[in-house]
Amino acid sequence: MTLSYSPDLLRKLFSMMCLIRFVEESFVEPINNREVLCPCHLYSGQEAIAAGLGVSLRSEDLAFGTHRSHGHYLAKGGNIDAMVAEIYCRETGCSKGRGGSMHLVAPREGFLGAAPIVGGTISLALGAAYAISVRRQKAVALSFFGDGATGEGVLFETMNFAALKKLPLILCCENNLYSTHMAIREMRHKPDIHDIAPPQGVASRQVDGNDVFACYEAGKWAVEHCKAGYGPVFLEFMTYRQRGHVGPDDNIQGTRTDIRPAEEIESWRKRDPLAVFEAHVLQNNLLSSAEIQQIKTETQKRVVEAHHKARSAPFPDGKEVSNFVFTN
Amino acid sequence: MAINEAIHQTMAQDPSVVLIGQGVKSPWYVGNTAAGLLERFGAERVVDTPVSENAMTGLTVGAAIAGMRPIAVHPRMDFMLYAFDPIINEAANWRYMSGGAMSVPVVFWGIINRGGEQAAQHSQAFHSLFAHIPGLKVVAPATPYDAKGLMVAAIQDNDPVVFIDERWLYSQVDIVPESLYSVPIGKAAVRREGGDLTVVASSYMSLLAYQAAEKLAENNIQIELVDLRTIKPWDKETVFSSVRKTGRLLVLDGSWNTCGLAGEIISSVTENEFTALRSAPARITLPDCPAPAARTLEKAYYPDTDTIITVARDLVKKPK
Repeated sequence: MTLSYSPDLLRKLFSMMCLIRFVEESFVEPINNREVLCPCHLYSGQEAIAAGLGVSLRSEDLAFGTHRSHGHYLAKGGNIDAMVAEIYCRETGCSKGRGGSMHLVAPREGFLGAAPIVGGTISLALGAAYAISVRRQKAVALSFFGDGATGEGVLFETMNFAALKKLPLILCCENNLYSTHMAIREMRHKPDIHDIAPPQGVASRQVDGNDVFACYEAGKWAVEHCKAGYGPVFLEFMTYRQRGHVGPDDNIQGTRTDIRPAEEIESWRKRDPLAVFEAHVLQNNLLSSAEIQQIKTETQKRVVEAHHKARSAPFPDGKEVSNFVFTN
Repeated sequence: MAINEAIHQTMAQDPSVVLIGQGVKSPWYVGNTAAGLLERFGAERVVDTPVSENAMTGLTVGAAIAGMRPIAVHPRMDFMLYAFDPIINEAANWRYMSGGAMSVPVVFWGIINRGGEQAAQHSQAFHSLFAHIPGLKVVAPATPYDAKGLMVAAIQDNDPVVFIDERWLYSQVDIVPESLYSVPIGKAAVRREGGDLTVVASSYMSLLAYQAAEKLAENNIQIELVDLRTIKPWDKETVFSSVRKTGRLLVLDGSWNTCGLAGEIISSVTENEFTALRSAPARITLPDCPAPAARTLEKAYYPDTDTIITVARDLVKKPK
């Protein structure tokens, strides 16, 4: 199936995965040396999901994110300079230093915001789907959330209403097996999360979240399903975060709060979405290693540039702390 | 650790005391405050929950109505908003609605975790919101001694108590009595006596106020510091008698200005002790603005000892 993908699509998928990975990894040092203070929930390991979905989306499609949304923001078309500056909490950031890493926003690109209250944006995406439906737009709304959010009642309330009104809502559950530091298997009666959707009238699929092609296909199907008027879709992406719940390593073996078994971390590391992609395209002669290297080099340059710009930008002026509370 | 000791001792003494909430078995969540509880009392009485604040808090309310004494812990108070319905509609009203037939001995323990550029949803202090609700008691300790004593009192109280503490206070170290003691709900503590100005504070603001008072004393300004300890019912008599002594009032509130605790205290003092006041009361609060991320904005947003010193000096200077 992947053999039919155009080189352009392959480059897009890989560039986005690289961009997300390199940005995330570029923050490890600034976090560790406390240049970046705001809580950063790194997306390393989960890039295939955002990248795979992103190529099927247009700016009129509306998405909401979570605490771990650097990847969602970028894949939805958000500007990298504005995101990096926001993580440094500078005036030039996408939220003008008021929000930090957990409150990214790119309205023109259809990324309407992100918030760390678990499940907090699920019903907001329902509202966006409703708005799209009322306005008779050919567009979809996306809600990104994690496995932990399946504990919140609002998810079930949202699914029922979206199905009832056949709203164009894609519920993207990224199951990285841990709700912060707690194993999701210890918090759910049944492990298969995608099974919760059909009883609510929501079409559902489980997807390999480390395989960008699978993510791309699932996203394409979901968008078509919604745009055809068939109602909401639930996608459970099986994946794993390579970094801590918050910060680079708060959940890695050997640290104070580790809970994840070393073998588990290692087995998922072998299925790194970027490495899986590279191996596949090289094996099948879909992209050359020179092309891959070029994408990596260019992307790395872009990331370094964004850090330079952010670091030289000013912090917000303390006198302006109360700006933006109301419109006027 | 003082809170941890309170829970250990009350759980050992009373089998109906249980601890329920997110991350009670993870050191990452409530820090040391839950240490050793799971090992000692088992997973039936120390329950780690899914991220289901509404239902889990409702469970503690229901269990309390059914005769238990649960503690519902919310490691981050912002997430407690999901549980407003069981806390306010159910727990706070239950006793009254049943004509006193039922009571709800539950503790809603919310931890404020702010600063560090965590921004608007990881910063909020809701003591005034809870204090607004009839049927809820609200306590907010500032010292390790009070943390233990008020937690014990909250657990032993027959009505719903919202116990609010701040991570900014967790670095305070003190030796607390090993015995199972309680600090009475509704009783303030005068942390420092002085004749120039009454400063009323609670929780972390009490700590700042104490530091400010020490510095002001070097300039011969004597602060009388009233640490409320209980936000509701707050200790009117202790505050009033201090104002009668000093004639001046400054209230410090670690949350927003409008319709807040500081406004409540000032209006009560004005209503009851108007003639004792030698100058208009003042308050230091957060601005009516969500918590920002950037460190420069946080510095402007959160009052510090310098803010208190400046306002206190100004108040004392005012002509009699």
